[in-house]
Amino acid sequence: MQNEQKSSIADKPVSIIYSWLGDRIFLTVVVALGLSIILLAGAMAWVLTDEAGMALDEFGIIGFLKGTTWDPGVQFRFGALPFIVGTLVTSVFALAIAFYPAVAVAIFIAEYAPRWLGSIIENLVHLIAAVPSVVIGIWGIFVFAPWMRETFYMPIFLWAADHQPALLPILGSPIGYGMTTATIILALMIIPFTTALTRDAIRQVPKEQREAAWALGATKWEVIRMAVIPYSRGGIMAGAILSFGRAIGETMAVAMLIGNKNNFPFSIMGPAATMPSVIVNEFREAVGNLHLSSLMAIGLVLFVISLIVNLIAAYVTRKLSITGGQSI
Amino acid sequence: MKAMKTISLFFISGLLALSFFGCGGGEGSRNGAEQRSGRSSDRVDILGAGASFPAPLVTAMADEYRGVTSNRVTVNYQSIGSGGGIRQFVEQTIMFGMTEAFLSDDVMQNVEASTGGRAFNMPITLADVVTTYNIPGFDKGLVFSSDVLVDIYMGNITRWNDSRITELNPGKDLPSLPITVVHRSDGSGTTNIWTSYFSRVSDEWRGRVGYGTSVNWPVGVGGNGNEGVAGAVINTPGAIGYNSLSYALLNDMSYGSVLNASGNIIEPSFEATTEAANIDLPEDTRILFTNTPAEYGYPIAGFAWMLVYENLENNNAINNRQQAEELVRFLIWSITDGQELSETLGYARLPMAAVERNIAMIEEVKWEGELIGKELLQDVL
Repeated sequence: MQNEQKSSIADKPVSIIYSWLGDRIFLTVVVALGLSIILLAGAMAWVLTDEAGMALDEFGIIGFLKGTTWDPGVQFRFGALPFIVGTLVTSVFALAIAFYPAVAVAIFIAEYAPRWLGSIIENLVHLIAAVPSVVIGIWGIFVFAPWMRETFYMPIFLWAADHQPALLPILGSPIGYGMTTATIILALMIIPFTTALTRDAIRQVPKEQREAAWALGATKWEVIRMAVIPYSRGGIMAGAILSFGRAIGETMAVAMLIGNKNNFPFSIMGPAATMPSVIVNEFREAVGNLHLSSLMAIGLVLFVISLIVNLIAAYVTRKLSITGGQSI
Repeated sequence: MKAMKTISLFFISGLLALSFFGCGGGEGSRNGAEQRSGRSSDRVDILGAGASFPAPLVTAMADEYRGVTSNRVTVNYQSIGSGGGIRQFVEQTIMFGMTEAFLSDDVMQNVEASTGGRAFNMPITLADVVTTYNIPGFDKGLVFSSDVLVDIYMGNITRWNDSRITELNPGKDLPSLPITVVHRSDGSGTTNIWTSYFSRVSDEWRGRVGYGTSVNWPVGVGGNGNEGVAGAVINTPGAIGYNSLSYALLNDMSYGSVLNASGNIIEPSFEATTEAANIDLPEDTRILFTNTPAEYGYPIAGFAWMLVYENLENNNAINNRQQAEELVRFLIWSITDGQELSETLGYARLPMAAVERNIAMIEEVKWEGELIGKELLQDVL
């Protein structure tokens, strides 16, 4: 019976679509689409470099990266350092805040929670990820920033004013819109990503790995610590770095909450700025050519930094995975 | 069997595609025929882009104007910001631009070189900027002077009970609250007017900060957009910021009066803003009239301009004479009947001085050397 069927399929004449023509068409479409991504990235890099040329010629690449003045009013000097520092500081601290809670949530979902509870938490985490950042920004302006001011910034500021006046310039003004507020909001926004990526990494740990650990008499905690985490650490780190990349590029919520101060010195509670925030703030009404070109140059720096972050993520995944990058 | 199905599917989808393209082609050629016939009932799209501040007004004007022309003329305005408006105007992808900062001499020269005619900056409406604040227990009506405002934004006056503020507000018991300065973080015409006022009245400000759609602020926290500034001011006791008058009214914010150059205390109002521009304007209206000499004018106000080429045929976005004429008709309408929409939407009307200058400019608008502006004005007036 089976043999009969097989032979009947094999005997059928193969239409032209399934032989060389179909293959060709499929190949062409896939190759074209694949290449278009490369072309797109290339075109973006080219346009940014081209448009940034004026600013980079004027200040020099190093001069632009090192410059600390951003003055579109009188001197027409533009330097990117405050924005680079602002971006890196907020993103690094946001990741530091978000990392452990996110990993904990992921471990809980994957290892401890009963299936129904795990799926509820997972869906809620996805829901947070789906909230548009401008909505989070508005919530931040009207709820979170005033709350932070009343609960933390003002008491700390008043205490410092009474006891340690030397701390005041480091703390900065306690208005509520500033670096700390933006960092915490950023952390909140990247937790879902880190959680999702970590959970995926944990799910990929083979059952045998766990069972082997159980068989050796390990407790649940020891299984997670010795079998699950080491196996998935490459994925977890890569997830963290990708979340870091997202934090670097986050625009609207940060622009609405960071206070947008374009010059050093930054302070802990006081306003600061990031690369995406200055672009979104000033691009629309930038009338001067040099001003516009400088904003493009910031975009280029952001592009390059994001590229580096992604490359690091790829490298780390390979290096930290249990096989050390070798295929088994 | 399966192969047959696939093939027939291919055929059907191919047929569908064919019929689709076929239809498109037919429609296209019909449109072409209509255009060639050149009847006066042809629909015309007027394409403009630029500043976001006057966008609600221009959009409302566009709606109204479509009714006036019984659906014949559609004005399509894209609010992409003044910088974008100027660039698109210079690149000739739009029929008119809109900006809150008039064209610089450089751009004017470029336009003159490329089109052989001037670029006209025609005031279309007025922007006013009011001082908004949040002092618990104080409603609107605090009085500020130019030097007090400058010193607050320089960081020299840091408390609300500073003697220089209390001097201006006798009988008001201002608290010893620290002042939190709030400014716009995004580039905006509001900031342009606000800082140009400061530059007018203070040499120190002009030398250190200057004016523009975004500047290097000495102190303060930046809010994104009118709503960002308003949010920070409303939520921070002791905050001072600046917003457009209509925005402050809409959100029930406290706003201050300002001592103007003639020594009168002016409470912000649309009339006081209109009055501020009712002065001797230069012919090309490229002027910032902050700190206005008008006796009862509100000192922190400015124009929003519509940008139009003198030689319309040299604007690549305009294809034929009919489009040019409709554009000029819309221009004339928007500075006359169109102004009726102003107050309800929160804008001040153009003063007579500006309307006269606009008419003088429209009279010089040409199509292939012919003064079409003048002809159309005669039809209307």
